[in-house]
Amino acid sequence: MTAPRPVPLPVQEAGFVVSLERYSGPLDLLLALIRREEIDIWDIPIARIADQFLLAIGALGLDEAAEYLEMAARLLRIKAQLLLPRRGDDDAWEDPRHELVRRLLEYQQIREVVDWMEKAARRRAERFSRGWLPPVPDAPPPPLTFELEELLEAVERVLTMIPDPFIYRVAPRPLDIEGATRRVLDLLAERPAFAFRDLLGERPAIVDILSALVALLEMARRGTLTVAQPAAFQPLQITRGTAYQAA
Amino acid sequence: MEQRTRLLEAALFAAPRPLALDDLTVLEPEAGEDDWRRALAELRDHYEAGSHGVELVEVAEGWQILTRPIFAEAIERAQFAARPLKLSGAALEVLAVISYRQPVGRAEIEEIRGVSSGGVLRLLQERGLIEVTGRSEGLGRPLLYATTPTFLEHLGLRDLSDLPRTEELAVALRAPQVPPAEG
Repeated sequence: MTAPRPVPLPVQEAGFVVSLERYSGPLDLLLALIRREEIDIWDIPIARIADQFLLAIGALGLDEAAEYLEMAARLLRIKAQLLLPRRGDDDAWEDPRHELVRRLLEYQQIREVVDWMEKAARRRAERFSRGWLPPVPDAPPPPLTFELEELLEAVERVLTMIPDPFIYRVAPRPLDIEGATRRVLDLLAERPAFAFRDLLGERPAIVDILSALVALLEMARRGTLTVAQPAAFQPLQITRGTAYQAA
Repeated sequence: MEQRTRLLEAALFAAPRPLALDDLTVLEPEAGEDDWRRALAELRDHYEAGSHGVELVEVAEGWQILTRPIFAEAIERAQFAARPLKLSGAALEVLAVISYRQPVGRAEIEEIRGVSSGGVLRLLQERGLIEVTGRSEGLGRPLLYATTPTFLEHLGLRDLSDLPRTEELAVALRAPQVPPAEG
């Protein structure tokens, strides 16, 4: 960088903690620097401000820095433009700082409105209306997300539980919902929580699996039990519901 | 109080939001706007004169019964009501830009602030302070945002003309492309 280098900011002394969270963006930081240095906004010493700006954003991680770096690049470009020798008639020359000053002033106006709005909101918050607001419900669990492959694998797992799948055979046996319901109730009485797999025997037939599932859904609907699945494809956890009554 | 003033009081008490003249005329079709204006004046005077704990306040293009500021602390301490969440500086910046330039697209907001503003816009939209009012004819037909009555309520403004006029601000600037809209 070119000499003479400005004296680095006495960061701690000035109570100027460069925590960029305090600034809502590069324009905000720039305005803060200008205000602190008591610089005339119409005649910004770009070289000095650019150096201080770079110093302030030095600690910043790259991810959040993009907007600050863009501003730093802009400042350096203006600095370079100011260093170029001018010749010919000065009327045609436009101060490269002009656009920056325009944006700074515009932004400063926004900050003034922000201050005004903050005060207005604070005044308004001193008064309560009678508006009844329903309590905010607990956020629902995030929707299950899975890949088609995982779904097919799950189907595969269910299919392998069935010993002898005859796809085209029409099963004459009706679902045994009552029987399944009894088994569920027995298990519920026995322990507070169990897995879906516990409902099925060693080698369940497809009707057994379906009966158990239908029984579970019906009892969950009545509130006798609760069915939960901590994550996609994990075993179903069955617990006593609010309407559960020990037999 | 007149019967209509008492009806007005009951309606304002029951409603969860400020009621505008249009809302009031639905209450009683025979009564005109002037009748309601008289009723509003009577109710306001009633609260003023009788030293009540509440008052009639004009806000968000309507009227609302609000508690008096001196009781805010006691009510809040007892947790009967809570002050609304304070908005972040970034959120207020976006609101400030939108309220003066509306309807305005995201690109212009970001140009003025110098930072990306998508997340803040989403948050403000979720809280009902801004809404999408259409799309610009420009490239990519970007969404255009504007403030809502909830925004006015949040700041306790009657309408957008309550905002400081740009020429009143300490810094003189080029006039916004859209003058501070009314209503």
